[in-house]
Amino acid sequence: MSTPILEIKGLTKHFPVSGGAFGKSKGSVKAVDGVDITVMPGETVGLVGESGCGKTTVGRTVMKLYEPTSGQIFFDGEEITNLRGRAMKPIRSKMQMIFQDPYSSLNPRHTVGRIISSSFEIHGINPDGGTKVAVQELLERVGLNPEHINRFPHEFSGGQRQRIGIARALALKPKLIVADEPVSALDVSIQAQVVNLLDDLQKEFGLSYLFVAHDLSVVQHISDRVIAMYLGKVMEEAPTAELFARPRHPYTKALLSAVPIPDPRIERSRERIILKGDLPSPANPPSGCVFSTRCWKATDLCHQIAPLPLELTPGHRVACHFPE
Amino acid sequence: MSNLLDVKGLNVAFPTIDGEVRASVDLNFELNRGETLAIVGESGSGKSVSSLAIMGLHNRARTVISGEVILHGSKGSMELISASDETVRRLRGKEMAMIFQDPMSSLHPYYSIGAQIAEAWMIHNEGSKKDGMKRAIEMLDLVEIPSAAKRAHEFPHQFSGGMRQRAMIAMALVNNPSLLIADEPTTALDVTVQAQVLQLLQDMQKEFNMGVILITHDLGVVAEFADRVNVMYAGKIVETAGVEDLYYRSMHPYTIGLLRSIPRVDQIDNHRLDAIKGAPPSLINLPMACSFAPRCEYASMVPESRCTQSQPELEAKESNHFARCFLPAERIAELRS
Repeated sequence: MSTPILEIKGLTKHFPVSGGAFGKSKGSVKAVDGVDITVMPGETVGLVGESGCGKTTVGRTVMKLYEPTSGQIFFDGEEITNLRGRAMKPIRSKMQMIFQDPYSSLNPRHTVGRIISSSFEIHGINPDGGTKVAVQELLERVGLNPEHINRFPHEFSGGQRQRIGIARALALKPKLIVADEPVSALDVSIQAQVVNLLDDLQKEFGLSYLFVAHDLSVVQHISDRVIAMYLGKVMEEAPTAELFARPRHPYTKALLSAVPIPDPRIERSRERIILKGDLPSPANPPSGCVFSTRCWKATDLCHQIAPLPLELTPGHRVACHFPE
Repeated sequence: MSNLLDVKGLNVAFPTIDGEVRASVDLNFELNRGETLAIVGESGSGKSVSSLAIMGLHNRARTVISGEVILHGSKGSMELISASDETVRRLRGKEMAMIFQDPMSSLHPYYSIGAQIAEAWMIHNEGSKKDGMKRAIEMLDLVEIPSAAKRAHEFPHQFSGGMRQRAMIAMALVNNPSLLIADEPTTALDVTVQAQVLQLLQDMQKEFNMGVILITHDLGVVAEFADRVNVMYAGKIVETAGVEDLYYRSMHPYTIGLLRSIPRVDQIDNHRLDAIKGAPPSLINLPMACSFAPRCEYASMVPESRCTQSQPELEAKESNHFARCFLPAERIAELRS
């Protein structure tokens, strides 16, 4: 078996909550609490969950934009958990990030050419044929007009800006791209174009994606494997087809049943699980299983003891005392 | 089902220095009591602008508006576009109400949730603050806010996103309106909360026999909730039909393209998505042609390049099913399958 491009073990990220007159710590928000994820070369792993489940924090901690509280991160076999600053720089060129909001992730005062070429500059790379040619090739590759190299971000539409973000991420020929909600700010007809572009680039460059998103339909389409998170913990992990056809964790089941299907007859005849209540605060998660407060199957056991993830069938891990 | 709303030839335009932005062009539709009409479209298709105009919430100084909007309310019929501000104000919140996408920016952060709902009631009813608060608590109870009497005194920041949207619904329904316009009511919510809120809206619609206009970009939500659908593109309705006709017998290339381009959770596959190429046009100085033609894969099948020479009308393709396309119904049916 080949080396995973990304492996995280027991990753935990707590954010301190300060309060009071002198900013004394009042505890912490357990944004990510003991998460294991493996991404193989060329694979797309989808990370899904609702707001506040910690999926974005996982992505950012992997990129070392946040320092992990505990746990280990391995990139291509090398441990990067404690790498900082200059030591981290060569790794950064091999893992890149695409952000959700194409409006705030591009500097409005820089031209597209400068935005993309700054990657070369920072890493001291002189591409063959010069920077300008390289940037123009990248623009062309993501479906933009190479002549627009001197334009500013505001001259592009949302979909085009997302393509600029993708071109920037591709500039250093990375192995892994962490894509955080890359299509959720885009209109429906543009989403499909960007999803297809990501698909094509993966085939062409052998990229691996950690695809963080809340839209389960898009995740289903793009991912090989899907991990569902809730309140900082992994609830279920399985190959995509299996997870969507046969979810075994009650949360995943409820989540899937809540996604409306664009087909009136199917949509109106299917059974929907409507969860009661709201997501508990990650600063004060429930004892035992974090989902127990909203789960229809919860017993005393669930309220007291957190279930450990178990591999029920090969590749299908579920953290539940009473899996479906 | 009785008729509630007639929209006839509604045009909304914004004059700008670059030219006139025609945000909504010759809109015609009607809505019955108890019925849900979904308006689907992408950003800039004119779906929100036309609803704001119906509610009289557009900026009157900067908007050029024409056409007729007739509301058949409990006190007789009334044309809203030519009505005075005062008349529309008396109807708004009473006969017709609106809920918005972002409940945080639609609720005042300084006043308690209960006080804001009470205010909406007191504007249209004779009664004290105390009566208003009582009514507010009843409404919060109705939208299933737990321990409503206590939570009515809390402020918007103490509510979760889903609860804020429930509070917005309570506020909109406090005067028992006959028309509710919901503009992307669940777009900012997580899917499990979206399911709760949509269920609530459906229950409320039954309880009050309201006509609902649901503005959304989510074709899944439409499939679940709508009776009829208007698909909008570049300011115009390009297709209008009953919900099943629209999904199973689409008659406009844009609708066909949209339905093909979205992945579904119930169909697991990894083939390439059928994306619609290109991007929507700018609404300034649109040419006298089909606005979708530059992106349409069937435009070349229409003889004499009619799609780029003239504008198609919204015409009946089947009974009660209209589309703005030159292609005959049989031809579209062939291409669709």
